[in-house]
Amino acid sequence: MNPKELVCREFVELVSDYLEDALSPADKARFEKHLRECDGCERYLDQMRITIESVGSLSVEKMQPETMDEFLHAFRDWHSES
Amino acid sequence: MQDQRLVESLQAGDEQAFRGLVQKNYGSMLRLALTVIGNRSVAEDVVQETWLGVLRGLSGFEGRSSLKTWIYRILMNRARSAVTGESRRKALFSEQDAVFPETEPSVPAGQFTAEGKWIQSPSNWASSPESQLLSKETQEVLAQAASALPAAQRAVLQLHDVEGFRSEEICDILALSSANQRVLLHRARSKVRKALAKHEEGVK
Repeated sequence: MNPKELVCREFVELVSDYLEDALSPADKARFEKHLRECDGCERYLDQMRITIESVGSLSVEKMQPETMDEFLHAFRDWHSES
Repeated sequence: MQDQRLVESLQAGDEQAFRGLVQKNYGSMLRLALTVIGNRSVAEDVVQETWLGVLRGLSGFEGRSSLKTWIYRILMNRARSAVTGESRRKALFSEQDAVFPETEPSVPAGQFTAEGKWIQSPSNWASSPESQLLSKETQEVLAQAASALPAAQRAVLQLHDVEGFRSEEICDILALSSANQRVLLHRARSKVRKALAKHEEGVK
């Protein structure tokens, strides 16, 4: 076997570097070659893309209305001092 | 430049501009502070101090980074100094993990043959209805997996995949090398994927 050929076990470790465009041109070529030839890794890459999209929908903490009032109060103080 | 205009509005005392800026960032700032500190009331104080620090320091903002990155950097500095003494040792943000991220494989070794090929091909998520991924149940699995991550991984995941910061900005905010930032991001995403996969197997 050509030692330059990626196997699936290596492929899964390179997914973020690939998506971040942080692979060297040679590694990127190996990655894309494997991707074309391996259905399992194509699905894995899809799973990672879907995971990333889903993470993007995670909700953040809510703010209490009183908190905004305090901030606006501090803002007015700051502006009148400056 | 939009940031510069916003800074000028704030300096002119524009309350709507300030309100908008706070509203847009408060939730994710609190989330990040919680990740670092682990104590809600201290984290809330830190976010509050951060906004006061932002106002006081506004005249020194030079636009070398985006305003948002600048604000988050102030937040991280405050958060780090809030974690002192006993709580530093218990701090969720283990510096160890940020410098030497754990190296467990993204996919358990048992799922590959000795040659490193899939024993069983990953299932096809692209064909599952979108509603399933957005279901409340899946969202819970997702949230739980994210909150179970080591703090440095959680912080990078939040900033990159939730907030949409660029990698260079995250390195700047969290004081990480770009290689470590990528490793942390990859570990985090891989674990969340694993949790979703496990959940999906269970549903079938």
